[in-house]
Amino acid sequence: MALKTGASFVKLNAFRRAARLLSTRTRPETAQNGGGKIAKFPGARAPYVSEMKFFNETSYEPIPIYRVMDNNGQIIDKNEEPNLDKATLINMYKTMVQLSHMDKILYESQRQGRISFYMTNYGEEGIHIGSASALSPKDLVFSQYREVGVFLYRGMTVTELVNQCYGNCEDPGKGRQMPVHYGSKHHNMVTISSPLGTQMPQAVGAAYAYKRVPNNDRCVICYFGDGAASEGDAHAAFNFAATLDCPVIMLCRNNGYAISTPTSEQYRGDGIASRGPALGLHTLRVDGTDTLAVHNAVKRARDFTVANNKPVLIEAMAYRVGHHSTSDDSSAYRSVEEIQKWTKDESPLQKFKLYLEHKGYWDAETEKAWSKEARDTVVRTMQEAEKKKKPNWKEMLEDVYYEMPPRLQKQMKQMEEHLKKYPEHYPLNQHESD
Amino acid sequence: MALKSSPAVLGMLTRLSRRSFATSKALASKPVTVRDALNQAIDEEMERDEKVFVLGEEVAQYDGAYKVTRGLWKKYGDKRVIDTPITEAGFAGIAVGAAFAGLKPICEFMTFNFSMQAIDHIINSAAKTFYMSAGTVPVPIVFRGPNGAASGVAAQHSQCFGAWYSHCPGLKVLMPYSAEDAKGLLKAAIRDPDPVVMLEDEIMYGIPFPMSDEAQSKDFVLPIGKAKVEREGRHITLVCAGRGTDTALKAAEQLAGSKGIECEVVNLRTIRPMDFDTIARSIAKTHHLITVEQGWPQSGIGAEICARVMESPSFFELDAPVWRVCGADVPMPYARTLEAHAVPGPADVVDAVTSVLGNKISAVQAQ
Repeated sequence: MALKTGASFVKLNAFRRAARLLSTRTRPETAQNGGGKIAKFPGARAPYVSEMKFFNETSYEPIPIYRVMDNNGQIIDKNEEPNLDKATLINMYKTMVQLSHMDKILYESQRQGRISFYMTNYGEEGIHIGSASALSPKDLVFSQYREVGVFLYRGMTVTELVNQCYGNCEDPGKGRQMPVHYGSKHHNMVTISSPLGTQMPQAVGAAYAYKRVPNNDRCVICYFGDGAASEGDAHAAFNFAATLDCPVIMLCRNNGYAISTPTSEQYRGDGIASRGPALGLHTLRVDGTDTLAVHNAVKRARDFTVANNKPVLIEAMAYRVGHHSTSDDSSAYRSVEEIQKWTKDESPLQKFKLYLEHKGYWDAETEKAWSKEARDTVVRTMQEAEKKKKPNWKEMLEDVYYEMPPRLQKQMKQMEEHLKKYPEHYPLNQHESD
Repeated sequence: MALKSSPAVLGMLTRLSRRSFATSKALASKPVTVRDALNQAIDEEMERDEKVFVLGEEVAQYDGAYKVTRGLWKKYGDKRVIDTPITEAGFAGIAVGAAFAGLKPICEFMTFNFSMQAIDHIINSAAKTFYMSAGTVPVPIVFRGPNGAASGVAAQHSQCFGAWYSHCPGLKVLMPYSAEDAKGLLKAAIRDPDPVVMLEDEIMYGIPFPMSDEAQSKDFVLPIGKAKVEREGRHITLVCAGRGTDTALKAAEQLAGSKGIECEVVNLRTIRPMDFDTIARSIAKTHHLITVEQGWPQSGIGAEICARVMESPSFFELDAPVWRVCGADVPMPYARTLEAHAVPGPADVVDAVTSVLGNKISAVQAQ
C-alpha cells in the first residue's frame, strides 16, 4: 500500500513538473512595469501593471490532451501504462463489446416499435469503462444519460437494463421512467434525471455530505456532456465544489455535439477544461477514446479528491458516433464522411482491442466468440423481457410520498373495488397481480 | 412534563425571556414572535439530529436576511450553517444532492420569489425523485423562506407561491400563521422524510403570539395535514392560511361585534395534503363558506377548495355558493395605497361575508 502511494506520488510530481513547464510557456506575456507591486484587494491578489492588455480565449495555449495509447493501441510512454491484470483488462473489453451490441439491438428495437426510446453510446465506451474501472464500487455516481457502460461495468445486468427499457414487472425502476433512465441504489448509481445538468450541483451536495463523515473514503463522480456544461447549474456546481471543498470528480464527455449543436456554437472558450482553473478546480483534459488514459486520469483524480477533499474536473474528448437518440437523425446536420472518419480512426473499441492483442490477451477467435455471446445475450434478454408482464397497476400510486397519503389510499381502494366489479374491461392479465 | 425536565425548561425560558417582548414572569403563555419560534425549531432540530444543516444566502454570519437563523452559526459553526454564493439553482441543487446522500438540509430562499430560479430542482429533483427512483431515494429536504406580499417591495418580491407548490404531487406544502404553527410545523417538516415547502410570511415574523408550555417543549411537533379551528362560529366558515388567517380573524372580530355574525375560522396550516375533513365538518355546521388567500384568483388555493366542495357531499350542505377572497389579479403595485387595495384586508372579508350571507354575491363582484 505504501509502495503504491509512493509510486503514484512520484508520478504526480512528474506530472506536476510537466504541467508547470507547459504553464510557463502558456502564461501570457505582460510588461511588469507597474512596479511589480501586488495589490491586496479582497477579490484578487494580483500584480499591478501599467500596460493595458485584454485577455481572451487565444491568450492561452489550449489545455493539452493526455493519452497513453496511439491509434494502433501501442503504449507511447511505458511509464504511463497502468498495471491492470489480464482478467480486469479482458473484463473491461468484454463490457465495451457487450455495450455496443446492446446499443445496436435496442436501437433497432425502438425502430421496430418494441420500446419507445433509446440512446446509444457509440464512440464513448472508452470513457465509460475507463472511468468505471478506476472507481471504487462505493463511490456514488451521478450520470446524464450516455453512460450505460458505467452501469454495466458496475454489475448491472443486460437483463435489468433491458427490463427498464421495456418497463416490465422486473424493471428495478418499477416502470416509472422512460428508457435509458437507469438507477440502482445497490450499485450506488443515482437514478438518471432528464433536465440537463441538474445532477451537477446535486453531485457536489452529495460529496459535501460524504466529506462530513470522519475517515471518509468515498468520492462522488458526476458525468455530464459538453452541452450540459452550458447550463447555469454547471457553473454553480463548479463554483460550489471549489468553495465548499467537496470530494467530487466532474467528468465532462465532450463528444462534439449537443443534439445538433456543434461545440463551435456551444462555447467560444477552450472547451470545458478551461473553466476549471478559472473556478479553482484541479483540471485535466484526456483522450476519451483511449480507455487506459481515462482510467489513469480517473484513478489519479479519485486519489486526489479523497485525500484532499478537493474537486477535480476532467474533460474527456471524444466523438458522438451515433445519433443523439432515436428521435434524432444526425445526417441532417453532419456529413457521413465525418462520422466514418471518427469511427474508423478513433474507435475506443478498436484501440483497446489492439492493445489487448499486443499483450497476447485477445485474438480473432475470442473476438468472434465473445461478439456472438454478447449479441445472443441481448437478443435472448429482449425476447424474455417482451414476454414479461407489466408492473402491478398499484405501482402508479406508490412512492409519491414516503407514506401513502389518505387521498391516494382512498383512490387505490376505489380502483381495487372497481376492478373487482369490472375486470373484463381492463387488461389485467398484462399486469402483475398482488 | 415541565417538572420532569425543569433544568431544560428553565434554561429555555431564560433564553426566551431575553428575546420575548413580555416582562411577565408567568410560566404559561409566554409571547414568542414567529421569527423566534422558527429559530427555536431549527435550533432544537439541529441539536437533536446531526444530519440537519442550514444553507442559503446570508444565513450564517449575517444571522439570516430576516434574522430567522440568528445565533445558529455562532452555536454550530461552518459545518452546519452554510453561506452560499448567489445562485438559487446552485444551492437548491446542492441541497437536494446532500439529501440524496442522506443529510437533512434546510434550504432557505431569501424570498420564495427567488425560488423560481431553483424551481426545477424543487419540482423535478426533489418532488419527483422518490417516485422516479422506485422508492429507493427519499429526499428529506425542507425549503423555507418568506412568501407572499411584504410591504412596498412591488411585483417581483410579493408573489404568493401557495398555489404553485401545492399543485405538485411529491411535495408537502405548509403555511404557518402563529408562532406555534411556525414552530410545530417546521419541526415536523424537518423530521419528515418527504420534501417540504414551508411558506412563511415576512410581516408575521415580528408578531408575538402566546406560546403554551406544551409548545415550548423540544418535542412539540404539529401534525402535517391537520387544520386548526382558530375561532368557532355557527354562521359562516372562513378557510385561510398564513397571513390570510390574520385577516380572517380580524374580520371575524369586526363581524361579531358590529353585526353579530359568528364566523368559524379554519386555519389550514397545511396546504398539501389539505385537511378537507375539517372544512367539511365546518360547512356541515355553518352551511356557508368563504376562502381567504393572498394569492391570485386563477387556479388558486380557493379554487381548489371550491372544487373539492363540489366533488363531495359538502356541496349539499351549502346554502349559498362559495366565494373566494383573493389578491387582485395584477402584479403587485408599489405605491402603498395601491398595494393596500391589491391585497385582501379585513374589510374585503367582511364585505364578502355579508354578501354571501345575504345571498348577494353580485354585490361583492362589483368591487
